[in-house]
Amino acid sequence: MKTPIIFLLILVVLLVPFIINENAEWGGADAQAEVAISEFTGGTYEPWFSPIWEPPSGEIESLLFSLQAALGAIIVGYFIGYHKGKNSVEEVQAR
Amino acid sequence: MHIMEGFLPGPWWYLWFVFSVPVVGYGLWRMKKVVEENPNVKILLALAGAFVFVLSSLKLPSVTGSCSHPTGTGLSVILFGPSVTALLSSIVLLYQALLLAHGGLTTWGANVASMGILGPLVGWLVFIASRKVNLNMNLAVFLTAAVADLATYVVTSIQLAVAFPAATGGVLTSFKAFFVIFAVTQVPLAIVEGLVTVVIFKYLVELRSDLLVHMNVIKPAEEVSTE
Repeated sequence: MKTPIIFLLILVVLLVPFIINENAEWGGADAQAEVAISEFTGGTYEPWFSPIWEPPSGEIESLLFSLQAALGAIIVGYFIGYHKGKNSVEEVQAR
Repeated sequence: MHIMEGFLPGPWWYLWFVFSVPVVGYGLWRMKKVVEENPNVKILLALAGAFVFVLSSLKLPSVTGSCSHPTGTGLSVILFGPSVTALLSSIVLLYQALLLAHGGLTTWGANVASMGILGPLVGWLVFIASRKVNLNMNLAVFLTAAVADLATYVVTSIQLAVAFPAATGGVLTSFKAFFVIFAVTQVPLAIVEGLVTVVIFKYLVELRSDLLVHMNVIKPAEEVSTE
């Protein structure tokens, strides 16, 4: 399968939720699990440990999530670019 | 899929530590060995780790109207097997527990077990089986990544179900509830993860098929054909 077609498929799978579920809240599944836990325990469960540090706001949290994605993406991009360049230099030299 | 900080009571949280820590340790040993055998493999290790970093940071919308994230472990398990994948995931999970309050230190063992070990292990078995029956490489990669992703969330559902059995119906009832929250939400994301992994794997075959052959991921004959 050609790469552009794969990207198109990814886009479709990611857009379908917005079409069939127009007014959803798009909350995290983790938070829903928290609600389920409280249902099963009759609301008695208290987490026995709290995060030692929490991002002070949603903005800071999204900053740190972006940083995580960026760090990974730099390496993936470096890998692809480095080897593409290297391969094409080798091709030219082989001529 | 991250079980939040403090949300696993004893004995579960430490049982999962007992389960996960040795695997991560073994993964560290395996990683050293693989790199010693061929230092060129380091770049693939970096790529696999980076891939987990990117994919597990993306919270994507699902048909259920909620959001969850892929795991990115499919590529790593294809290249290095489950133990090294456990090591890479454990680093990501530590980052997220410390800096994002996503997941947690007390639930780290359980989260490593689902995202780093058991999910990827199931994916790995799918990969081995696919290769045995000579499935098309892209399809094998897709299935491996998608199944590893989905299995991770099934494991999370089991982990929560055994820790929080419903008053009526017990573990099975809670499993169903957690399964709907996590695993059903995850289906489209697993498909996305499978597709993205195919893209990156195609690049790998195109650019460093020599390393893949060396690591016995692909056969020499497959070096040229990526379609």
